[in-house]
Amino acid sequence: MADLSTIIHNIKLKNPVLTASGTFGYGVEFDDFFDINLLGGFIVKGTTIHPRQGNAYPRMAETSSGMLNAVGLQNAGAQYFATEIYPKLTKYETNVLVNVSGSTIEEYVACAEIINDLDRISGIELNISCPNVKEGGMAFGTSCPSAAAVVSAVRKVYKKTMVVKLSPNVTDIAEIAKAAEGAGADSLSLINTILGMAINAETRKPVLSTITGGLSGPAVKPIALRMVWQVSQAVKIPIIGLGGIMNATDAIEFFLAGASAIQVGTANFIDPLATVKIINGIDNYLNRHKISAISDLIGCLHL
Amino acid sequence: MKKSVQNLKVIANVKLNNDHHLLQLHTPDQLENIVPGQFANILADQSQSIFLRRPFSIHAVDYQKNIISILIKEVGEGTRSLSHTPVNSSLNVIFPLGNGFSLPSSSEKVLLVGGGCGVAPLLHLAQVLSKDFNDIYILLGARSAVDLVELNQYAIYGKVFTTTEDGSHGEKGFVTEHSIFGVKLDSFSRIYCCGPEPMMKAVASKAKANSVSCEVSLENTMACGFGVCLCCVTETLQGHKCVCTDGPVFNINQLKWQI
Ligand SMILES: Cc1cc2nc3c(=O)[nH]c(=O)nc-3n(C[C@H](O)[C@H](O)[C@H](O)COP(=O)(O)OP(=O)(O)OC[C@H]3O[C@@H](n4cnc5c(N)ncnc54)[C@H](O)[C@@H]3O)c2cc1C
Ligand SMILES: Cc1cc2nc3c(=O)[nH]c(=O)nc-3n(C[C@H](O)[C@H](O)[C@H](O)COP(=O)(O)O)c2cc1C
Ligand code: FES
Repeated sequence: MADLSTIIHNIKLKNPVLTASGTFGYGVEFDDFFDINLLGGFIVKGTTIHPRQGNAYPRMAETSSGMLNAVGLQNAGAQYFATEIYPKLTKYETNVLVNVSGSTIEEYVACAEIINDLDRISGIELNISCPNVKEGGMAFGTSCPSAAAVVSAVRKVYKKTMVVKLSPNVTDIAEIAKAAEGAGADSLSLINTILGMAINAETRKPVLSTITGGLSGPAVKPIALRMVWQVSQAVKIPIIGLGGIMNATDAIEFFLAGASAIQVGTANFIDPLATVKIINGIDNYLNRHKISAISDLIGCLHL
Repeated sequence: MKKSVQNLKVIANVKLNNDHHLLQLHTPDQLENIVPGQFANILADQSQSIFLRRPFSIHAVDYQKNIISILIKEVGEGTRSLSHTPVNSSLNVIFPLGNGFSLPSSSEKVLLVGGGCGVAPLLHLAQVLSKDFNDIYILLGARSAVDLVELNQYAIYGKVFTTTEDGSHGEKGFVTEHSIFGVKLDSFSRIYCCGPEPMMKAVASKAKANSVSCEVSLENTMACGFGVCLCCVTETLQGHKCVCTDGPVFNINQLKWQI
């Protein structure tokens, strides 16, 4: 067994495999399938200060090697999370992170303050990249000044590890990454979904109620890898890579590109056991290549 | 029964007509208590256009032999590929998923209404209801006689009535035009319905007008099937609910249908 442990700021992960927000519910949905303490950690659904109903159905379109979603941050609000859901998560020994979102800077701050009081939450992932909400969300993640403004405002109230999740829907992701790092981010995760669209030719209508939505799955992997690589050249803080990871080989590619940990998203829908298989597969890869620790692989792309 | 991911062996694949196949899937484990109306999410051979699993109602359960049956209607690439799964190969299946129909606590007179491929969960429902000595009426609608599959199976459990649009079997017309709806609908204590949404709405409105309790099974498009993606929601009086976990079966009073 190789040493799979990795560090994201103050969070020590026993292995580099996390799950992506919005694809793993609150973890409890997977209890029937496997012991989720096997994961390095998991990131729960996007949480906002006010409850949100999300967008109208249809919210999903299957596309070539991927899918579009337009869920729109449906959640019961931060207070409900703290009083009703959080107590159910304290049974887990692994790291739990909360994905925090909002329409205004004040909403991000208020939400982060509530999460800050929850002892067993290892950190937050600040979602400045959701393409499925009308206001806020991605808008914060697409310009350097607004990204810096929301990150530094939350930094003042959130004491533990703050990961900032970047949007791929930008011209120069390295610039946004540097702005987030400069404003106090402890780590960066990327990518969120890529804005896309699906049309039903027979009915001549858009498939999604919102017309456009976020693309995820293997279709986005080359873009995600490229962005992780670019960001790893631009910042010093650890990077969590995601986007289309289906198996251990995909994960290894992200480590080589410079990610210190990875998240598994859409793959959970197709195989609820994908994460455990990826953890085992990473171990096999390291053993096969006689590498004793995952840390020896991170950013070690042969150029 | 706890949900799980399993490789199930295809022990039979019977072509029922031009576009319907019946698959029997065997598990080495002992099956326990699957509620009628629950479904299975099945992985078809991955291709460029098939990425996600495909959901199918559990059509029948044999607890002695540990077999679940799935009735598949070919509508696209996923259902085509699954319909042609060779016997003795295996399929990766997540099951059982969803809530299932609610069952009467004592013997009742019930009406099961199915249209198109919506008949699938009704066989398992009839199977279970018949064990508790309910008086079961089953009304099945289709375009033509060839589309009505497995009528003899339903007949084991209840009185079967049919409609076809071309009049080739049973009464001519849509299922909701059947004479059973003409009179004494309130002699039934429950109606269970599954099929295309316009048909379910028509049945629901007749049930509502006669104050008969009515449950419908919805078929929203799904990404995960077990409550984590929130893609499959339907509007209810309590806000958006997931069809895959809060459903697929809903009482019509919970839904915001204009009926
Ligand atoms: C809970 C549930 C239970 C189901 N039970 C059965 C069953 O027992 N037997 C059965 O044959 N089918 C059942 N279905 C429908 C089945 O899942 C779809 O027909 C299948 O996913 C289509 O896949 P495809 O790749 O063949 O078609 P696609 O290429 O995905 O689609 C082909 C056409 O079918 C339509 N379609 C796709 N998915 C659905 C859907 N969920 N509902 C209605 N139309 C759809 C598409 O809009 C398109 O026009 C069920 C669906 C749900 C949600
Ligand atoms: C259905 C769905 C819901 C999502 N919800 C969120 C969310 O609430 N917050 C967030 O930051 N990202 C959300 N995402 C984006 C994922 O976390 C991830 O960034 C993206 O899907 C790319 O990874 P993947 O290709 O492995 O899925 C969602 C993705 C999907 C498919
Ligand atoms: S299909 Fe994912 S929540 Fe229902």
